[in-house]
Amino acid sequence: MKLLTHNFLTSNIIKGVTKGYPLQIMAEKVDVKEVEFNPDFVTKMLPKIDWSALIKAAKDVGHGDGLPEAVIENPESNEEFLKAAHNALMQVEVIEGKLVCPESQREFPINNGIPNMLLNEDEV
Amino acid sequence: MLTSTFETPDISHITTSDANYVYEPAEDSFLFLDALQSDYEELKKSKPNICLEVGCGSGVCITFLAKMLGQQAAVYWCTDINPHAVCLAKKTAQQNGIVLEAVQTDLMQCFEARLAGEIDVLLFNPPYVVTPSEEVGGNGIEASWAGGLHGREVIDRFLPIVPKFLSKSGVLYLVVVKENKPEEIGEIMASHNFEMTTVLTRRSGPELLSVLKFRRKLTDR
Repeated sequence: MKLLTHNFLTSNIIKGVTKGYPLQIMAEKVDVKEVEFNPDFVTKMLPKIDWSALIKAAKDVGHGDGLPEAVIENPESNEEFLKAAHNALMQVEVIEGKLVCPESQREFPINNGIPNMLLNEDEV
Repeated sequence: MLTSTFETPDISHITTSDANYVYEPAEDSFLFLDALQSDYEELKKSKPNICLEVGCGSGVCITFLAKMLGQQAAVYWCTDINPHAVCLAKKTAQQNGIVLEAVQTDLMQCFEARLAGEIDVLLFNPPYVVTPSEEVGGNGIEASWAGGLHGREVIDRFLPIVPKFLSKSGVLYLVVVKENKPEEIGEIMASHNFEMTTVLTRRSGPELLSVLKFRRKLTDR
């Protein structure tokens, strides 16, 4: 699971949970896999990204270094920033571990890089 | 003018044991690939950033889409309720040099809050086979075909959430059979101000398969 994917996952569908975001990452195994850098793609994704959730996730898995606390001005013209964002979003992957709902503490296992977000019928 | 053609993804890694748990690519899957290929120019021109396949099964369709549009151009997500399917989908992508992000969930449940209005290309080859209603709702291989009454029970859960997820110019490709009453599906989507076109139709044994395409009406784009 890339941190890009994590940035879009919520547990708000659980009965009684209002926001369910961001899910806390408890990582057991993290990999960094090289992905070709596409500045256009990163630039276009930035407005869709919840930056504070990304920062927290990157720190939680030990890859928060070099990421500014907020998206900088004119990010499209700053390659260093775009590369740091690319690394955090596209290259850092949680292979084993779990996601935890911030409100209900419900845990979602991550195995082989795939989060299992399936809920039981009585939870929704 | 020559139309672009793309290779069918390599599926030689799928074992007979996989086939016990996950629907193997078949006529409907290949018709789906043909439909995507026939829309290649238009898809490429729309420059999608977020592509997602619901109920990905073996992952052959989203892998094909990623090969066609380019890995670096977009993020490719897939979901399935079946744990074996999401696992196999990632392997299918890998086998074809594609990086695919897979999540086990019901339809797009876990993405509802954060992917609203964001999906540019949405794919769904749903469980469309007419079966007794009791067969619907599992998460094994039967979830890949059991569609219940008119084969519409899962499709009808899916259709109302589509307008919420698709971006302004977003497009949905949906596989159906005649028993699903495509014209009625068109009416449902028209009530959400979506227009339907039929991309391809083919008879395969007892099934009259079609790939339908939905976009917001021009005034809404």
